[in-house]
Amino acid sequence: MRKIIQSHATEFALLAVILLISLFLSLATERFFTLGNAFDLLNTSSVNIIFAVGLLVVLIAGGIDISFAVAASVVQYVAALLLESIGGGGWISGLVIAAVLGVSLGAINALLIHRFKIISIVATIATFNIYFGLLMFFTRGVSIYNLPDWLTSRVILFEHEMADGSWVEITLPVLVMVVCVIATWVLITRTTTGRQLYAFGDNPEGARRFGINVGAMQFIAFGWLGLMAGIAGLIQAHYAQEVVPNALYGRELDVLAAVVLGGARLGGGKGTVLGCVLGVLMISITQNGLNLMGVSPFAFKMIIGAIILVAITLSNTSIERLLPFMREGARR
Amino acid sequence: MRSFLNRVSHWVGPDIAGPGAAFIAVMIVFSIGSPQFLTGATFGSVAFQLPELGLLTLAMLLPILTGGLNLAITFTANIAGLTVAWYLQKNGGVDAGPGAFLIGSLLAIGVGALSGLLMGLVIAYTKAHPILVSLSMMIFLRGLGEFLTRGGDVSGFPAFLQPIGHGSILGVPIPLLILIACVLLWHVLLTRTKLGFGTYMIGSNIEAARYSGINTRKVLVLVYMLSGAMCAIAGIIMLARFNSVRVGHGESYLLITVLACFLGGVNPFGGFGRVIPVFLALVVLQLLSSGLNLMGANQHLATAVWGILLIAVMLLRWASSHFKIFKRKKG
Amino acid sequence: MTEPSGAHAGPRPLLSLRNINMTFGGVKALKNVSFDVLPGEVHCLAGENGSGKSTLIKIITGVYRPEPGAVIDYDGQTYAQMSPVTAQNGGIQVIWQDLALFPEMTVAENIAFQTLLGRWPRFVNYGHMREIAIRALKKLGVTLDVDLPLKDFPIAQRQIVAIARALVGEAKIVFMDEPTASLTQSETDHLLEIVRTLSTSGVAVVFVSHRLAEVLEISSRLTVLRDGALVGVYPTEGLTQSRITELMTGRTFDQHVRAKTRDANPVVLEVKNLTRPGQFEDVSFTVRKGETLGITGLLGAGRTEIALSLFGMSKPQSGEIFLDGKPVRFSSNREAIEAGVAYLSEDRLSLGLIQPQSIADNLVIASLDGIRSGGLLSDERKQRLVAQWIADLGVKIGKQTDAISTLSGGNQQRIAIAKWLATDPKLLILDAPTVGVDVGARAGIFEIVAKLAESGLAIILISDEVPEVYFNADRVLHMAGGRISGAFDPRQCTLKDIEAAVYA
Repeated sequence: MRKIIQSHATEFALLAVILLISLFLSLATERFFTLGNAFDLLNTSSVNIIFAVGLLVVLIAGGIDISFAVAASVVQYVAALLLESIGGGGWISGLVIAAVLGVSLGAINALLIHRFKIISIVATIATFNIYFGLLMFFTRGVSIYNLPDWLTSRVILFEHEMADGSWVEITLPVLVMVVCVIATWVLITRTTTGRQLYAFGDNPEGARRFGINVGAMQFIAFGWLGLMAGIAGLIQAHYAQEVVPNALYGRELDVLAAVVLGGARLGGGKGTVLGCVLGVLMISITQNGLNLMGVSPFAFKMIIGAIILVAITLSNTSIERLLPFMREGARR
Repeated sequence: MRSFLNRVSHWVGPDIAGPGAAFIAVMIVFSIGSPQFLTGATFGSVAFQLPELGLLTLAMLLPILTGGLNLAITFTANIAGLTVAWYLQKNGGVDAGPGAFLIGSLLAIGVGALSGLLMGLVIAYTKAHPILVSLSMMIFLRGLGEFLTRGGDVSGFPAFLQPIGHGSILGVPIPLLILIACVLLWHVLLTRTKLGFGTYMIGSNIEAARYSGINTRKVLVLVYMLSGAMCAIAGIIMLARFNSVRVGHGESYLLITVLACFLGGVNPFGGFGRVIPVFLALVVLQLLSSGLNLMGANQHLATAVWGILLIAVMLLRWASSHFKIFKRKKG
Repeated sequence: MTEPSGAHAGPRPLLSLRNINMTFGGVKALKNVSFDVLPGEVHCLAGENGSGKSTLIKIITGVYRPEPGAVIDYDGQTYAQMSPVTAQNGGIQVIWQDLALFPEMTVAENIAFQTLLGRWPRFVNYGHMREIAIRALKKLGVTLDVDLPLKDFPIAQRQIVAIARALVGEAKIVFMDEPTASLTQSETDHLLEIVRTLSTSGVAVVFVSHRLAEVLEISSRLTVLRDGALVGVYPTEGLTQSRITELMTGRTFDQHVRAKTRDANPVVLEVKNLTRPGQFEDVSFTVRKGETLGITGLLGAGRTEIALSLFGMSKPQSGEIFLDGKPVRFSSNREAIEAGVAYLSEDRLSLGLIQPQSIADNLVIASLDGIRSGGLLSDERKQRLVAQWIADLGVKIGKQTDAISTLSGGNQQRIAIAKWLATDPKLLILDAPTVGVDVGARAGIFEIVAKLAESGLAIILISDEVPEVYFNADRVLHMAGGRISGAFDPRQCTLKDIEAAVYA
């Protein structure tokens, strides 16, 4: 047991904090500790979790990506136009188009990083500006409201009326999110490719000497994030029932904060899907709780920023100092 | 004479090649493309638009040189602007005197430095990654600003602020003069002071710098404080130019400042980079957007072209290093 | 005198390289090199830094491709070049100097890393990996918790993991790049034991090193490279360290004991009962003006830890330090520098110098107040100061603004010494000043040290190479387990006496 806690310290710390917050919110508000609210939380966090697991893969491989959120905007816009031109399409064609577009945009980043040796933060800041600038230029900032019906109609996979008359729903975004989370988990923990990604992020030179294909690693990591971004873009359009070109602008930094809060390391080799999901959930639970407590929405972000700042400060200083047995256990 | 030439070549340096080439290319392309480009109007608009982005870029430059990043710059500027606005309103709003503005500005610079101080302390003492620390500071400040303003504008400032945003002295816009003063200040800071020296050394290898007797914590804290103070100056200029403060003003500048630094030859890992090439890179970016404006395009296309320009410069750098190895192999 | 052994009619070589050429950016790293390894032999590959040893290994393992014309015969097959995959599948294993391990991954994953390789994705079989890892560790007679991440283990155990990884496949030949550099004596002994076992089971082992004392006795042949060219292949029977040094550098050195009595000089540093639990205990000694005090001992004996306390980078728990008779207590190394203490780090690459930065900036970094004029740093004063030190210490450089990483190890170390001399110290602590410095350039460093002592500087010379302190210090202290366990006067004892004490 100690071994598990030790190797997943961040995840357990996050879980503990989430439980504490939840306990507090359950006592402070009536609505928080209801099934309905829990499912609401899942529904609203789905898009961010999809982004987060994609970004996690890039961080594990030692890169960083700033462009994925605007790439998702590009994907949803182009997909909407394409779907209209092919006469509507359906979920299958929609997902295929979104996936292909997303992977292509990710591959552009990988090409710049691998082939031309531009470091990932520089390359993706450049593509961030290119993707967003071109999107806004060609669309003139005009939103698309007449999306195909299948895309805008809510898909409820499970619903149940509670005793108090409220409805519990699981919607399509949750299913897609769960699929993405499981797929990413399988990729990075159960396949040799995933372990190669960890090894490459942990010690690139060592990985190279073992004959790991460095270029393939970059394309897989950024391609995976592209795939997730494409899917998230489509799902976000479905959730919002419209395509607004700058709707996802700025989302990249929020997601980055959540993923790193979940234990991923800038620099590579570290991070888990569980931590990543908990990171996103912690932020949405806090937001949800503050909302239910009647705190002004304008104060949310301030409080969340303060929480992240404190969390980062603490996670870098005292976990080891607070829990010294964890270190000693390892040092025999 | 020789030493003068030496000094000039020292100023120019090899890292100016990228932005220099881009500058020449931009000038040629737009002069051919648009007859109005080489007129006073273009340079007038550049001169008025440059300062906000320029001051924020200076604020970004110092942390990047230490191998970090300050993602909180734009919202630090907003909060500083709010500080001035608050103090002015407290002292009569439209009727507030210059004294109130002066004190308000000093308070704003203090607030900016305080946000930097906090980040610097966390970064220096916990070794947390600067991207994360400044990111959470950014989220916090954005929230704080939106909380204080309820998402709206704050306006209604005394008339004497107008010239600071729009006036000129001897034909040179006042915001540009402020920017140039700050550029020179940063240049002296980086090339001629112990703090600047330490900034570069920390950027390359913080532990080795510490072993060599550099007070690395002090340098880091000061770097983020100065960065915050510079944001405050940008925030005050923005207040004067728009005659209002809104949280989110200049938000889109955030990643552009990083882009400008890289375009100006700053090493993304820290340790290398000079103020003058970065300034030139800023001029290029601004000329590009003004030129595109003249040709009927909007700011968004300019943003995309900025990104393309950064990649082009990086590709050229990559190609030239390849070419060099190739040449040496043959010889 | 040993002569190169020519073509011999012994067993067929397991690995045989001919016509190996390699060029990096216009510099010939390998010139027409040949290299043979016999099945099951223990072989030494020796050469100074930059002689081409590492490049040769990278060619054998497929990391680099040799220039056309190369012939690599391995295990009955002929190749023009290797690839990492062919090399590994064929049983060529390397334990790199930096170990090339993955600290965030578990011990099991590190050892059974090969099961993770391959172009096409497969599912990972963790149970299988654990079995492989436990079996490999068992072969070495070691038990480690294979489920813990590697970063939880100290360097010596990581080395064992690297060896275990090399033994997982059907290894036929194992290269060990500077394997003893970070090991203590007992760990080295353990390693040599493992090598013997491997050799008797038919696995060839190649040591790549420029410090061969430990491995010489168990190896049968020695290949020497110098400046990218083959010097020769020698039987190790009767070969001495000094003969190898001659072969590696192409020069002969005669060393003599420099020790003198400095008892008449005033005491500069006095340390009384200094203790920092877990690092050093009850350490007392003095250093006089003009005196060179040698401190030797194995890695982990507390040598560097003492130096760091004297330099104000760690606080001793009890005991006293007197500088020029006055008690001092530093809370940072800046105070120590101010008081006249200078410390040359043992780790020049990551702590001693700031490699990407310029020669000039590295030289003035600790004495910035000396190049100020009117409150600001002066470029002219900096250039003058640097030019003066470069002339004084005989450093060969291109431009002052070149990165220090462009210099050779010996010249880098001279700049590092100049950096501290520019702070005008009373006491100079030199921690392993010849690590990563070519054998040929070491004498030059000690010339400088002798001159500095002659000019009145108090010097503490720390080294784990006993001959260095024996020949260059006035007195030698031996540290073991954090305590001073012996004092020697080089004029009244032999090198063997000290070595016997250290390696006992």
